[in-house]
Amino acid sequence: MLYRENGQIKTSYRADQQILPIEQDRHAMLALLVTASVLIPSLASDYVLRAIGIPFLIMSLAALGVNILVGYCGQISLGSGAFMAIGAYGAFNLMARIPDMPLIPALLLGGFFAMIYGIGFGLPSLRVKGLYLAVATLAAQFFSDWLFLRVKWLTNHSSSGSVSVGNLHVGSLPIETPIQKYLFCLAFVIFFALIAKNLVRSAVGREWMAIRDMDVAAAVIGIRPTYAKLSAFAVSSFIIGIAGSLWAFVHLGAWEPAAFSVEISFRLLFMVIIGGMGSIMGGFLGAAFIVLLPIFLSQALPAVGGVFGFAISTATIAHIETMIFGGLIVWFLIVEPHGLSKLWSLGKQRLRIWPFPH
Amino acid sequence: MMKRTIATLSAAVAALVSVASSPALAQEKQQFFPMLTFRTGPYAPSGTPWANGFLDYYKLVNLNGGINGVRVLWEECETGYATDRGVECYERLKDKHGGATVFQTMSTGITFALTERGAADRIPILTPAYGVSESADGGAYKWSFPIGGTHWASADTQYQYLVQRAGGADKLKGKKITLLYHDSPFGKEAIPVLTARAKAAGFDLLTLPVSHPGVDQKAAWLQIRQTRPDYVLLWGWGVMNSTALKEAQSTGFARNRMIGVWPSGSESDVKGVAGAEGYSAVLLLPGPGASSKIAQEVLEKLHAKGNGSGPKEEVGEALYMRGMMNAMMSVEGVRRAQEKFGKGKVMTPSQARWGYENLDISQKRLEELGIADIMRPLSTTCKDHMGPSSARAYTWDGAKWNVSSDWLQADQNILGPLLKESVDRHLAEKKQTRRAADDCNS
Repeated sequence: MLYRENGQIKTSYRADQQILPIEQDRHAMLALLVTASVLIPSLASDYVLRAIGIPFLIMSLAALGVNILVGYCGQISLGSGAFMAIGAYGAFNLMARIPDMPLIPALLLGGFFAMIYGIGFGLPSLRVKGLYLAVATLAAQFFSDWLFLRVKWLTNHSSSGSVSVGNLHVGSLPIETPIQKYLFCLAFVIFFALIAKNLVRSAVGREWMAIRDMDVAAAVIGIRPTYAKLSAFAVSSFIIGIAGSLWAFVHLGAWEPAAFSVEISFRLLFMVIIGGMGSIMGGFLGAAFIVLLPIFLSQALPAVGGVFGFAISTATIAHIETMIFGGLIVWFLIVEPHGLSKLWSLGKQRLRIWPFPH
Repeated sequence: MMKRTIATLSAAVAALVSVASSPALAQEKQQFFPMLTFRTGPYAPSGTPWANGFLDYYKLVNLNGGINGVRVLWEECETGYATDRGVECYERLKDKHGGATVFQTMSTGITFALTERGAADRIPILTPAYGVSESADGGAYKWSFPIGGTHWASADTQYQYLVQRAGGADKLKGKKITLLYHDSPFGKEAIPVLTARAKAAGFDLLTLPVSHPGVDQKAAWLQIRQTRPDYVLLWGWGVMNSTALKEAQSTGFARNRMIGVWPSGSESDVKGVAGAEGYSAVLLLPGPGASSKIAQEVLEKLHAKGNGSGPKEEVGEALYMRGMMNAMMSVEGVRRAQEKFGKGKVMTPSQARWGYENLDISQKRLEELGIADIMRPLSTTCKDHMGPSSARAYTWDGAKWNVSSDWLQADQNILGPLLKESVDRHLAEKKQTRRAADDCNS
């Protein structure tokens, strides 16, 4: 009923090619942006912002980057944690070594270093595919782990190997309170989500998808595999690098190499798989699932137990959390192998023709 | 488009948070101590007794009339020893039940992540015998308290026991010592101190990292087999310790030439490991203390009534006693703060901070608490948030830990310069200065 396109007639190419062609979607998106940028910061508690909002935003940004490479270009990558680490340590070194280095350029340059690294480790993708490539990108992960554990210079010779950053500010604006940090991350996420959305709708995005769907055929019709694959690696690792530097600077504040271990790579890959390969929204849904669900479960279970008069120990909760989480992943992938975003678009499809079944 | 999902999720979480944090019948005065415990994951064997010791001590405090009448309230949050979950737990608990008094991170990694947050939120961070070694300098780390020792103190006391075993520092000249360490900030903290000691005493220090979680040590032990060191210093955690002892056995490295530190010296590390006999560990602060008066008190007042937190057998184990002592320090700091700000009142985190900064636990107080046999007096000042760091070596005989040295003290001549250099660099990096003298009584 509410979701009808009747009467929404496009009379220009521009109108036909906009990101959200349906009016209701535009309203929903506007409402979402207002919610994210005005309502949440003004209503949410510090806990919601610092422990839920900020990690969710940064992980969404990272998943967005992974999705460009894995979902749109079909290059399976297990090196996302490494790209995040390069971004984080790159930005850290710039801040530590250059006096009065401004924050945003440092973060962007962190992303740039990650991009160089990503292109370097993307080179094997020109020769190998699938699982073999996954192993090659795994090498990127282990190389960065080794690099930041062993090369003292990169961690500014800190005796414990842990580094920290403090008093962040942009110009004269401090980035200290949870609200400031949240909005800072949100600005990055909105900006890069828009860029990514437009990239995948453009010629270069179509090249990525062509390579993903059938690289031989793509080469035959004149798409350059080298250019397409390396540009996907570049864009993806740039975005992941920015996410890494935000994760380190804004969320953690102090971190050790283990903060960007292979576990993060796996989590990001799961986000993309569960959220939906080859969809911008998939990154957000996957990040919500992987970041928020464990936190939600760990708080919901004791409350549920309390209703029935059980006092559950924290260890039991942690185990149940893992079981439910694993079960849900399996269930979702059985119900919809293409992830949450596919479920979402199916739902919209149903609504468009409601009350008719098809 | 995702508005609904997010809105429902955040609403649900917010609702839960408000449900969970509704004060539990707040008819009496309560002092809230959050606990970042880890009973799951690869480090659970170390984390579980540690957490149970905490719980039992807090239960005893309430049985014995609280802190001058103020009841102790605690809540656990499971971190799994993971830094990101630790940060989430901190955020979740810091405003609960009228606000957290003090945080004990129970993890070096989480300490690094929370040091700045604690300072910004004005909540003390208490890390007895672990944490960030630099934070012993109260001038630079106003809100951090590694009371009774840091990893550097661990390293130095471990070295002193090594000297004792070798029969004098001159005997170490030209010897080969291998440091087998957990490749994380915790394990790396050993390196600067031992390097300084190696330079002074003229022995060769070889450092071998073991990556998380520590079950894969084949390569490290292969190197030990090749280089044949005279001693191996073990800095492990959780499952890494028993693995190292098993590897030592299969390599044929004598266990009586292995010396651990406190995270490598609990019952869970050696029990059931065939051939662990002869292995020693130098433990900062409490060692095992099954015969301590306080352990007997736990058995009588809690376990006999079925209120114990873990299995009975755990009471008196080294990590269990450590949990008790960590809880004891958090309570004694509040008790000290009450002397200044009003007996029987609930202390704010800032007031509690003053208590931790002016702590003075005398021998007499230790006897009152029934822990004089496993603890030494503790004291802190505005400049020195660590105070005296006493450690004692224990050797495993296959059934129990036996004391095998007198009390050792970390040498300030070694730690002092390291601390100064490291803190100066930290302050320069952060463009900060040390606290002014008049800040000391704030």
